[in-house]
Amino acid sequence: MKVTNILIVGVGGQGTILASNVVSYAAMNAGLDVKKSEIHGMSQRGGSVFSHVRFGKTVSSPVIPLGEVDVLISLEEMETARWLDYLNKDSKVIILTNRIFPANVTVYPEGIVSEISAKLTNTIAIDPKKYTEKLGNEKFLNIFLLGVLSKFIQIPDDCWNKAIKSLVPEGTFDKNLEAFNAGKNY
Amino acid sequence: METLLLSGNEAIALGAYEAGVKVGVGYPGTPSTEILENLKEHKDVYTEWSVNEKVALEVGIGASLGGARTLVTMKHVGVNVAADPLFTVSYMGVKGGLVIISADDPFMHSSQNEQDNRNYAYAAKIPMLEPSDSEEARSFTKLAFELSEKYDTPVFLRPTTRVCHAYSIVNVDKNKDKRVEIDKGRFERNLKKYVMIPAYARARHFIVEDRENLIKEDANTLSINKTEYNNTDVGYITSGISYHYVKEAAPDASILKLGMVYPLPEKLIKEFCSKVKKVVIVEELEPFFETRIKAMGISVTGKNVFPITGELSPDSISNFLGKQKETPLTINSKVPPRPPALCKGCPHSFVYETLGKMNITVAGDIGCYTLGVLPPYNGIDTCVDMGGSITVAQGLELTDPSKTYAAIIGDSTFAHSGITGLVNAAYNGRKNLIIILDNGTTAMTGMQPNPFSGETIQSLPAEPVNYYHLCKAVGISDENFIEVNAYKPAEIESAIKKLLATKKLSVLLVKGLCIIYNKKKSKKQ
Repeated sequence: MKVTNILIVGVGGQGTILASNVVSYAAMNAGLDVKKSEIHGMSQRGGSVFSHVRFGKTVSSPVIPLGEVDVLISLEEMETARWLDYLNKDSKVIILTNRIFPANVTVYPEGIVSEISAKLTNTIAIDPKKYTEKLGNEKFLNIFLLGVLSKFIQIPDDCWNKAIKSLVPEGTFDKNLEAFNAGKNY
Repeated sequence: METLLLSGNEAIALGAYEAGVKVGVGYPGTPSTEILENLKEHKDVYTEWSVNEKVALEVGIGASLGGARTLVTMKHVGVNVAADPLFTVSYMGVKGGLVIISADDPFMHSSQNEQDNRNYAYAAKIPMLEPSDSEEARSFTKLAFELSEKYDTPVFLRPTTRVCHAYSIVNVDKNKDKRVEIDKGRFERNLKKYVMIPAYARARHFIVEDRENLIKEDANTLSINKTEYNNTDVGYITSGISYHYVKEAAPDASILKLGMVYPLPEKLIKEFCSKVKKVVIVEELEPFFETRIKAMGISVTGKNVFPITGELSPDSISNFLGKQKETPLTINSKVPPRPPALCKGCPHSFVYETLGKMNITVAGDIGCYTLGVLPPYNGIDTCVDMGGSITVAQGLELTDPSKTYAAIIGDSTFAHSGITGLVNAAYNGRKNLIIILDNGTTAMTGMQPNPFSGETIQSLPAEPVNYYHLCKAVGISDENFIEVNAYKPAEIESAIKKLLATKKLSVLLVKGLCIIYNKKKSKKQ
C-alpha cells in the first residue's frame, strides 16, 4: 500500500494545525499508520506555515519527499506557489483563493491559480466569500475543504466524523459536519 | 490498548510520567516547550517554569539528590546557560534519575544558531539518547531514567525539532503501562560525592572516567543500538530523525541505528562495518559519528556528501543515491516572501516606530521583539542571546561614551538573564536606556507565565516581581524609571526624550498585553 501524502499550507493563524489534526485522526481512526510534521515557534508569527500529513500501512519519514504530494490544500492563494516542488503531474490541488498580503507588500501577484490550473488539471479553486455565506461562518471553511479532500482519499466517513467530533470546539460539531458534507458534495 | 497520535514532546511527557517522574523543571524554548506543558497536567508531578535553564538544572540536581526522578527541559541553546552546573553534576552523579532534555533545532526554525549538542554529551561525559519518533521519545525517556540510576549519571535525551513537533502513533496499554513508583529515599549526606571541592572532585573524575568506559562497553549490547541487515552493498549508520529519512529513501539498505549517540558502541560499529561493503554515515549537523568512527580506522562516506548546515530530508538520501525525479513544476508569477513578523496590532510596535524616528542604536534580545529587526521597523541593531541586549549596550557605550545606547528586552527574557545585566550597568556606572517591553507573558514560545506575570505553570497566583522596587534596589532614581502604556505613543516618545536627557542609567517600562494572549484569556473567561 502506497503512503498517501497530504500537504496543508497557509499563513500563521489560518488553522492549518486543526485541519491537519482532523486528517491525521481520520486516518488513525481507519487503523492506518500516521505521521504529521509541522513547525511551531517563530515561523508561526504571521509567516508561511505548513503541515505534512502522511498515512498508510507503515510510514517512515514524517516529512513528505519532494514531488510526492498527492493532495495540496492551500488556505491562501500565493502560498500555493511556494510548494510546487512537492507536486507531480498527478497531484491534486485545492486552493482557497484567500488573499493575505505579507507585511510591506502592496501588489498581490496575479495569475497564480490560472497558471497552476493550466499545468495541473486536478486543481480546484474555491472562493472563500461564496462559501462563508453558505456555511454561515468562515470558521467552517477549513472543514469544508477537508470534505473536498475526502473525495480524493480513501478514508471511511465514520472515521472522518469521529475525527471531527473529537477535535472541533464543543457545540460546533453539527455545523462542522454540515460543512464537511457540503465539501464532499462540491 | 489505546492508540494515540502524539507529538514527540507529548510522548516525552508521557514517558517521564510513566517512569514515575516526581519533578519537572525547565525554561520555555522552541522546540522543547510542550514537554512541561503536558507534564503539568499530571497533578502528582511537581512542575515549574524556572527563571532560566541554569536555575532549572540546579533545582533539578537538588530534587535528584533528594531522591526524586527528575526531568529538566530546555532547548539546545538553553544548555549553554545550564553548562556551569552541567559539567559538575556529571561528577556528582544522581540519586533519583536525572534526565536532561536538549531539544536541538537544526535549520534554526526558531533559534539563533544550530549548535549540535551531542558535543555536550562528549564534553561533559554524560550519555545521550536520541529518539526518532514519538514511540521512541516515550520509551527512551523511560530508559534514560533507568540508565541514570544504573550508572549514577545524569542522562541527556536529544530530540530535534522534527521529532518534538512531529506526530506519530503511540500505543498505550492501560494495564501494562502504569506509572511506576520509585522510592529512592531522601537526601543523605555524602560530602565526597556532593561537595565538589578540588580534593573530592579529583577523586570523582576517576569515577566518571570508569563510568564512561563501562557505559561504552555496555552500549555494544544496549537494546536501542540496533542493526538491520538487508542489502549489504551499503550500510548506513544513523540516528534520530535521519533514520526515518534513510528508511524512506533506501528501504532495503542495511542500517545501524544508534539509539545512544554517546558514548558510541565501538565493537558493534566495527562488526557492522565489517559486514557491509561501504559505510555511509547520515547525521544532521556536525560530523560527530564520522570523526569518531574514522578514528576507529574505518573509512566512511559522510560530510563529503551531506551538508553540515541545516536539516537533512528523505531527498538528501535520494539525491545521494542518484534517484531521478520529475522536473518540478514552475510558474511565471513571482511570489514575494512572507517572513514571520511582529503581529499586526502588537502594542509594542509603537516603541520601534518611535526609536526609528530618533535614530538611536538599539541592542536587541531574544523573543517576539527580535522580530522588530524586520521591515518596516528595522528596529534593532544586535541580537546575540537571552539577556544580551542590556549588556551588549554597555559594551557599545564603552567605545563611544558621548552617545546613549538603548537595549530592548521582553519581560520573560529580562527575568531569565536581563536582571544580572541591569545590576552590572548600575554597578559599573553605565548610562544606557533599558526598555522593557512587558506583554504579560512569554509570547514567542506560546504564552508561558513568568516571574513578572503573576502566575505559575499551573495557573496558580504568584507574587509578580515589582519592576519599580527592583530598579530602585540597584540604585535607579525615581527620575530614571518611567512606566508607560504601550498604546500611548506620544507618552512613549516624551518618556524616551526625558530619560535620554538625564544622561543616567534609565529604565522605561512599556506595558501592553500580548494580543494573542489577551484573546486566549478572554476566551477562557
